[in-house]
Amino acid sequence: MKPVFMTYTKKDLINLAVCMVLSVLVIPTFITTEYWYTSILIPWLCLALATIGQQVVMGYTGQLALGAAGFMAAGAFAMFNLILRVPDLGFVGSLIVSGLIAAAFGILFGLPSLKVRGIYLMVATLASQFFIIWMIDKFGWFKNYDSSGIITAQDIVILGKPFTTPLAMYFVCLAVTTVLTLLAMNMARGSTGRNWMAVRDMDIAAESMGVSLLKTKVQAFAISAFYCGVAGALFAFCYLKSLEPVAFDIKLSFKILFMCILGGLGTINGAFIGAAFILLFPVLLNAVGNNVFHGAIDATIISSIEQVIFGGLMIIFMIYEPLGMAKLWENIKQKMSLKFQSSNVKDLKSSLSKKS
Amino acid sequence: MEYERKFKIGKPILEVNNISLSFGGVKAITDTSFNVLEHEVRAIIGPNGAGKSSMLNCINGIYKPQQGTVSFKGKQIPDITPNIMAQMGLSRTFQNLALFKRMSVLDNILVGRKLHTKTNFLEVALQLPKVKKEEKLNRDRSEEIISFLEIEDIKDTPVGKLPYGLQKKVELGRALATDSTIILLDEPMAGMNVEEKRDMCRFILKVNDELGTTMVLIEHDMGVVMDISDRVVVLDYGKVIGDGTPDEVRSNQKVIDAYLGVEH
Repeated sequence: MKPVFMTYTKKDLINLAVCMVLSVLVIPTFITTEYWYTSILIPWLCLALATIGQQVVMGYTGQLALGAAGFMAAGAFAMFNLILRVPDLGFVGSLIVSGLIAAAFGILFGLPSLKVRGIYLMVATLASQFFIIWMIDKFGWFKNYDSSGIITAQDIVILGKPFTTPLAMYFVCLAVTTVLTLLAMNMARGSTGRNWMAVRDMDIAAESMGVSLLKTKVQAFAISAFYCGVAGALFAFCYLKSLEPVAFDIKLSFKILFMCILGGLGTINGAFIGAAFILLFPVLLNAVGNNVFHGAIDATIISSIEQVIFGGLMIIFMIYEPLGMAKLWENIKQKMSLKFQSSNVKDLKSSLSKKS
Repeated sequence: MEYERKFKIGKPILEVNNISLSFGGVKAITDTSFNVLEHEVRAIIGPNGAGKSSMLNCINGIYKPQQGTVSFKGKQIPDITPNIMAQMGLSRTFQNLALFKRMSVLDNILVGRKLHTKTNFLEVALQLPKVKKEEKLNRDRSEEIISFLEIEDIKDTPVGKLPYGLQKKVELGRALATDSTIILLDEPMAGMNVEEKRDMCRFILKVNDELGTTMVLIEHDMGVVMDISDRVVVLDYGKVIGDGTPDEVRSNQKVIDAYLGVEH
């Protein structure tokens, strides 16, 4: 299919239009409970954005990295300090600069990827996770010498207008996520993405074609950290509404890793599917526990079951569908359209035979 | 079979001087020298383990020889890396296929256009007009190569799903897409049937003839080598034991001994 606008095909644009109508018109009209915005939609958008970052480095460039939450923390605390100390930047400006600061960390912690690979790189990138959190805890300046440990995030003000209601914050997250997703798609489908995938699939051949491994890997880490940084800032300011390093612990990194793998490595829409699944699954499980078993099952058991099912799903996906839910979704769509076509043919045949 | 060549064989374009390479105590190549002339088809042959692939890897910078130098286009290159050689106009294929398996045929060939892509990731993200222009040029060139190699019908297939013979073709296409002055082919016809081999020979000669690309190839099939190459260098145990036209090599006693064995 030929792209009609930028790198998007007609189908992409239709999908985009549907998503936009759903998210801008339908959701705000029909969903009025705050819970949905504050606990599901906003974190979903933030984590999907961070997962896109993880996709860039892991799904597209094939570098096993595990430190997304560290970069998110860098972005979140950069945002806090920028708004505090450089108020002239404004919200959007601060958001971009926080992303850039996270990207700088990304470059620093991406450098080991030139020497080590696979599981060893994963261990090396863990350093970002622990170092950034340690740094924020160690130096009081980052928290503006707040002794309570939890800092309240400043209110979001864009062009003099406050964005404090859940719906307004949802729109902020939606706007940022949409723009960054479209840019990521352009990169992934253009020459940049081809270089990433070339490094992922066969680095020696990529180098022989003139693709610089150093540049490509460092670039992927930087872009990945930028996305994570922006996601972290939104996560802190729109979802948590507070800043605490503990919120960005290794568990969050793993969560993003799972979203990436379950969603489908090397896909952008997989980031959204994976994030939705991992966020909604516990909610669903809880609902089942409460409504079907009427609380007969203890909440701690439910959360343990959650872990068991996640672990099982990871293994199943790794074995049967390494390309994740995005691929699964595509297969289902394909089968549906095939069925649809074949039933059409049957209808046609039967109508023809009736006539004759 | 005498025909008028559009690109006359010229001066040496690639010179390998006294290369020695060893892995630990194992000597892969010992004091080997030969050259490649502009626009020629040059074959490197030899029994298994003779050091042919190691030789290509030294030229391309994947291996660093302990001794010796490589000169390309009249310049001695001090610190060879695959990237530097690619930028100077040397491309290659690999013995065991080194394609980007999860990417389509077209995308694989488009990666070969990397050195003709000057826009950076920000420009790509924003899809500036110059990105579109460049992408179109690269795509057109890639499509040209795809139709040249007669693989139009598989251009959107992921390379990993293709049979071996076609993958070899795609790899040649990727090397061609770089518009390099010289292409190293590491066993381009290994594992192919007679028909596929004939096809591959045709493509190699066609590229050499129409584009003037210098071809260096490693091959096991003696018949093929003798038919398509201008000059042949024979390696055995990491040493040159014969160098010359196919006829000269064929009548060289050392080469005959190496291939057929010597009576003791």
